[in-house]
Parts: sequence; structure tokens; C-alpha cells
Amino acid sequence: MEKITLRLKEPVTVPLEAEVISPDTFQGKTRAEIEGLPVYCGNEEGRLGDFFAVQGAGGREMVLEGDLSRVKQIGAGMTQGRISIYGDAGMHLGATMRGGEIIVHGNASDWVGAEMAGGMICIQGNAGHGLGGAYRGSVRGMNRGLIMVGGDAGNEVGNAMRRGVIVVQGNTGDFTGAFMIAGTIIALGRLGDRAGAGMKRGTIVAFHRLQLLPTFRYDCTYKPTFLRLLLIGLRARGVDIGDAYLEGQYLRYSGDLTTLGKGEILIWEGA
Amino acid sequence: MRVNGVEIEDTFAEAFKMWGTRLIITARNAKWAMKAATKMTGFATSVIGCKCEAGIEGEIAETPDGRPGLSVLLFTPSKKDLAKRLVERVGQCVMTCPTTACFNGLVSPEQVAVGGQLRYFGDGFQISKLWDGRRFWRIPVMEGEFLVEERFGIQSSVGGGNFLILGEDADATLEAAERAVEVMEQVPGIILPFPGGVVRSGSKTSSKYKFLHASTNDAFCPTLRGLVETELAPEVNCVLEIVIDGLDVAAVEEATRVGIRAASIPGIRRISAGNYGGTLGQYQIHLHRVLEG
Repeated sequence: MEKITLRLKEPVTVPLEAEVISPDTFQGKTRAEIEGLPVYCGNEEGRLGDFFAVQGAGGREMVLEGDLSRVKQIGAGMTQGRISIYGDAGMHLGATMRGGEIIVHGNASDWVGAEMAGGMICIQGNAGHGLGGAYRGSVRGMNRGLIMVGGDAGNEVGNAMRRGVIVVQGNTGDFTGAFMIAGTIIALGRLGDRAGAGMKRGTIVAFHRLQLLPTFRYDCTYKPTFLRLLLIGLRARGVDIGDAYLEGQYLRYSGDLTTLGKGEILIWEGA
Repeated sequence: MRVNGVEIEDTFAEAFKMWGTRLIITARNAKWAMKAATKMTGFATSVIGCKCEAGIEGEIAETPDGRPGLSVLLFTPSKKDLAKRLVERVGQCVMTCPTTACFNGLVSPEQVAVGGQLRYFGDGFQISKLWDGRRFWRIPVMEGEFLVEERFGIQSSVGGGNFLILGEDADATLEAAERAVEVMEQVPGIILPFPGGVVRSGSKTSSKYKFLHASTNDAFCPTLRGLVETELAPEVNCVLEIVIDGLDVAAVEEATRVGIRAASIPGIRRISAGNYGGTLGQYQIHLHRVLEG
């Protein structure tokens, strides 16, 4: 598999719109062609080669190096291949992506995987707001795929998500899973306020006590088999899942009863 | 050919094309997984009378949900039948059994809906979960939830592989059959659908009665030796058959090979196989070729 490396020449002070950084765009292109791809730095058009030192040629495997915290839309809409980022990533990382993998060895900003429809994003550090969520005015957020965050995540994780799985190993902000249509959010750290507000369907799994909205109703305490399936699968992907989570009982609450009420929040009994 | 002094007849088992699938049944412990698997594979010895043939393939070391589990194979003459039998048997025998879950155990491009049909039992409260490209249904039941995969892989398979053990007496013949079953059950991808893996009432495909398509295999019945054109040598007083269904012909041949070797013990005079002259079955499993392979 051909590999291409992009190293940020010097830190950018204004956002760099770089949705061209995608295996789909790079595939089959020479180094010169890749360097000539258009990017916007603020409102000024430039070339990718103005900002990045490019090594290698187009391929499905990409490595990005440097502080990319102001480089936006990396891997947005990608359908295949792999992007490994050694450093921080900017907003809209992997937004609307449909396939492939993005691995960030650092932190990522807001709207990671927003409205994605497939593929996998792994953030080893923290992620910002709107993780896997819907953009303002959109009907639905993430619709298939997997997002794993090793650290904390901001507000509105999985907002209006339709399908897929989001795992946050650290703490999550407020409104996690708000307006969920379906899908699963696994919050291994602490959840912020108003988790599941307005959710119709879908699952939020909590491993710490949380203040539930009054529009969630207790159902039972049990061992959901599907959760074992999911947790074992996540463990195989390197997520730290203790045996106590696999074997433990979970309190099931249905909600949000202000809407359809077929969503659920599962709280590990050992919490 | 002789194996351990036992004559192996130069003949073949005539086997048929069937459709097969593999299910994985898990439960809180091995006891309940076995109870579900036993029910699911009950009354499934022959498609002639049971509409399907099924059996427990074996224990599974690593199951999708990490709980104790068993794999079960089920065979029918057609794809359509397989879909029907799966829904019936998973619905009636696995979903009803405490703590169980049921997963597809066969990767195949051809699939039939199982959870996709059973989900309606949830009466609108069923929950779909998509994970690793596979869809699962969580069906609420009085005990909690029944988890079942939406689609199960099916593939063209082989049914009716067989061999006959012709012994001097019932004790030796049963001992030979038990030894054969013990080793054959270790072969992956096959089941022995009859009780204990053994059949005593082999059949021929005709009858003096118009309403019957199959009747006792009189040529191999020792009690009829003096009345019919017998296949039995004078010293043979008992015949047992082992029938094999497999996901592919290679598995059936391997089971045949190890089974015949294990059954070749003192007290056994001959090992033969059932066929219809090669006119009906799509597969011919030649005993000599299998043993030489």
C-alpha cells in the first residue's frame, strides 16, 4: 500500500480549510499534483504544498504530522483508506465520512465525525463538542460507523445520531445523546447534565451515577446480552473494558418520555 | 480392502444436495445453552418425517457474547424450507429458553432472515442494533431480552452421507457404532442427526403399500434373511447405519473416513454403504477412495 506523509511546515494562525486531505482525493495523484491541491487559509486560496511538506505519492495510507489543530475538515467525506495524525486535529475531522479509518495520536476539535455514515475514527486524546452529532439545522447526526475517544469529549456527543457507536473513555459534557434517533453511546467516564434529552430511541450506557432527567422512567435491573457483545467487540479494539462491566447488572431507564420514549439509559449497577 | 481385518465393501454412499446453516446458541451457562440446543435439534432426524435434519456440532470456545455456547447445524432440502425451519425452531426452542441468545455461525453471501422475522414478536418494542456490519435484534421477553441476529448464512450442503456396520451380534455392532460416533463428532462441519448418531431402521425407497414412499431395508434385516434376497452374510446378525450431514462434501468424507476406521473392530464382518445405484444423489462417497485419501 502506497503511503504518503504530510508534515506541517509551520503552525498556521488562521484556520486552514483542507477537505482535500483525504485518501479519496490523493489516490492516483503524483506528489506534484497533491502539492497543487487547493486549500483556503482564512479567505485566501493557496496550495497544499504551501503549508505541508509532502513525501510519497497518492495512496490509501496517509500520515499527517504537526500541530493540525487549526486544519479543518481532514478526511471529511472520505470513503476508504487510513489517515494517521501525529498531533492535534482541527474541526470537522472525518465529518460525513463513509468509510476508512482516522487515528489521531493527540486531541481533536469540534464536530469530529459529524454526520458520518461509516468508517472508524479513533481519537487517543480529547475531542471537542458535537462529536458524531448533527450540524445545526440537520435532521440527523452520525448514521453508522464507530467513534472511539480515549480522553474526554465536549457537549452534545451524538446529538441526533441515527446509527453507529460512540465510545468516550473519559468524561462527556452536557446533552450527551440529546435528540438521539438510534445508535449507541458508551460513556465510560462521567456524563454531564441532561443526557438523552429528547431522545426517541437509542442507547446511552453510563458507568457512573448521573442525574437523570425526570422524563426517564426506571424499568428494571438486568444483564443486557447485547451489551456484552458490544463491550467484547470494543475490548478487541483496545478499549479498556473491565470484567465487572461485562458481568455486571445494569439499571434500565426508558425515555425521553417527552418524545417517543423508546430510548434507554443503562447505568452499570456498580456505579 | 480390509481395515483391522474388517472387509470394506467397494461401494459408495449416495448423498444429496441440501441447504445448511450453522447457528451459535449461547446462554448464561453451558447447561442452558445445551437445553436450548437439544430442543432445537429435537425431532430432526430425517427430512422425510421431520422436515429438517439438525444436530449439535459442538461447543464453541469463543462466542460473540463471551458466554458458553454451542454450534448447531440444520439442513433442509431447499432454501425456502431452511428459512422456515430456522424461524420456527429458533422462535420456539431458543427464544423460549431462559438466558439464551442466538447468532449466525456461517459466513456466506447467501442469507435468510431469522431475527428479521422473529423481531415482530417484540410487538413494536424490539430494538435493532448494528455492530460490525451485522444487525441484531433485542426482543423484550418476560425474563429480560432475547438477542438474535437478523440474518443467518446458508450454503449448499450435503445430506445423507452414510455407512453400514454389519456385525456378528448386536453388542459388537453397537460398540463399533459408538466408537465411530465418538470420533466422527470431533469432525467440524458435520452432524449425525439420528439418536446417538446411529440408525437401526435404514430404509429403501419403495413399499408394498401405496401410501408409503419408504419402508424397511429388508435386504439388511437379519430377521428376514430367510424370506428376502438378503445382503447379509450368514454370520451377520445385526446392522447399524450412521448417517452424516455436512456443510460440504469434504467434511462428510472426513467423517466417513475416521468413522469407518473407528468402527473396524473385532466382531464386525463388513462395512458397506447405502446407495440407489447412483441414480438419485448428487454426491457419491466411495468408501475405498475416502479411506485411501
